[in-house]
Amino acid sequence: MQRYILIRFTQGLFALWVVTIIVFGISRVTGDPATIILGMDATAQDYENLRIRLGLDKPVVVQYGIYIGNVLRGDLGESLKFPELGAGGAVLKRLPATIYLAGVSLLLATVIGIPLGVVSAVKRDTAVDTSAKVFALLGQSVPNFWLGLMMMWLFAVNLGWLPTSGTGGVKHFIMPAITLGSFQIAAITRLVRSSMLETLDSEYVKLARIKGIPEWKVLWKHCLRNAALTPLTYFGVIAAITLTGSVTTETVFNWPGTGLLAFQSVLSRDFELIQALVLVFSGLFILSSFAVDILYAYLDPRIRYG
Amino acid sequence: MATETPISTETTSPWARALPTAVRAVRLARRIGDLPKFPLFLLLIVLVIPAIFAEVIAPYDPLEAPGGIRARLQPPVFAGGTWDHILGTDKTGRDMLSRIIYGSRVSITISVIGIGIAGSIGITLGVISGYFGGRVDSAIMRLVDVSLSIPPVLLALSLATALEPSFRTVILVVCFLLWSIYCRQVRGDTLAVRQRDYIARARVSGASHIRIMLKHILPNITNTVIVLATLQVGFIILLEAGLSFLGVGLSRPTPAWGLMVADGREIIIRAWWVALWPGLAIMMTVFGFNLLGDWLRDRLDPRLRQL
Repeated sequence: MQRYILIRFTQGLFALWVVTIIVFGISRVTGDPATIILGMDATAQDYENLRIRLGLDKPVVVQYGIYIGNVLRGDLGESLKFPELGAGGAVLKRLPATIYLAGVSLLLATVIGIPLGVVSAVKRDTAVDTSAKVFALLGQSVPNFWLGLMMMWLFAVNLGWLPTSGTGGVKHFIMPAITLGSFQIAAITRLVRSSMLETLDSEYVKLARIKGIPEWKVLWKHCLRNAALTPLTYFGVIAAITLTGSVTTETVFNWPGTGLLAFQSVLSRDFELIQALVLVFSGLFILSSFAVDILYAYLDPRIRYG
Repeated sequence: MATETPISTETTSPWARALPTAVRAVRLARRIGDLPKFPLFLLLIVLVIPAIFAEVIAPYDPLEAPGGIRARLQPPVFAGGTWDHILGTDKTGRDMLSRIIYGSRVSITISVIGIGIAGSIGITLGVISGYFGGRVDSAIMRLVDVSLSIPPVLLALSLATALEPSFRTVILVVCFLLWSIYCRQVRGDTLAVRQRDYIARARVSGASHIRIMLKHILPNITNTVIVLATLQVGFIILLEAGLSFLGVGLSRPTPAWGLMVADGREIIIRAWWVALWPGLAIMMTVFGFNLLGDWLRDRLDPRLRQL
């Protein structure tokens, strides 16, 4: 187990290192990153300062060395919009809002997806199952920004039930969480359904029924516990999709998280801030898939010793 | 053994060589006749027919405002508009229906090119990785890790800032993400196929590695590839729409569905139809591909689980 953790950890670190090369490479791909970072209306003095800070007069390898050195010291670059915080500070400041929203939408996806998947599997090939399947497939087909926009038009603009955008009370969470979670609700429903179908077929479920254990207990205790393992493997992917979807969702609802920050920094051409965001989010992805791998190995001995 | 000799001489005649191909074609035709009607119908109506016959069926040019600026923001016909613009007009007076119809071309182009490039890279590397194993395999798998750990939307945002948003950046982002998904799946399948006896036998009888990969492994993973490709079309269309919506995908005035939703967002309070129609078009197209992909998966490759 320790060896397995060590290997996965090294692989994660390696991936992160390659990500830094890619992030660095994107800034050098057009030739002079100083012009990308500064934009049109910079003075010659700004330009010179930046060239010195990035070491643009030195060879590319040395420039990468400077970049990685800064990153290791926790300096993710500067930000035009948040000069006092720096790029890294700006990301950290906006991160909690995104994590809250992602957490609520994942919770929503679990609370809706699991029962729906179980019911759909138990009532296989009935009208309930068909509608659950269509609902799930539609959830995976709808562009989330459009869903958010349409909900906003219906519930906020026309009916006036919910606030259009921004943060505040519980009401502010409803539409953004549904928008962000639409894909995940569908994904969890489908995954739970298919793994429940497998489990319902197994010997120990038959035995449990023969023993006379009440049906609800068979379903929710015996089956679901095993059927939940499969969706867990996909947790890393689902978390990744949630963080990715947060850019469009936060843009639609003006939610002050990292997604909106990313969108705004493109508008203001805050290049180093975008680089910092790519790096931080890649790190989060790698960390979450590492955590899921460890958790899964812990739960399933075949992987540990395989 | 004696019975094998006449067959092997026969296969040298062109007729005999054409026979398996004919059989395969008949089987394929039967399979297509068997395809589920609803998703195909949906895709034909929303995507294929509009894309092929856009010039014929679109009432107006997608980039021109026929009625000038006075015809802007006309509602759809059932909401008080006229039959001139069945689905209404946008903020510069362009016909919504025509733009939706031409938009199908954009979606198809991106999907075909994206899947073509990402698929070729992913399949090649996946087969190589699964076939050779060892160091080659772990090197390629580490690259897969990297490509899956960069959030595609953020990658697009940073590329768009460095390079200006364009068709090229969209394709780049789509390929960067998708090749690894192909690669991982194809590698797994190759690992399974590789264990079969006929691979060892082909090797013993002197077939080169390349021949084995092309003739013995590739045909056995076609089903996986077909299913994956179908399911990914929907994903690509959603990704492209999202990028265009954020302003880092295709640029105006291309009639891309995602861009049209973005146009509608600014005027959602006054003109809901500008955002509604393109979003519906995206949803129906992706829904059609997902249905088709699910059906194909159940038929061709039940082991594949989709997320």
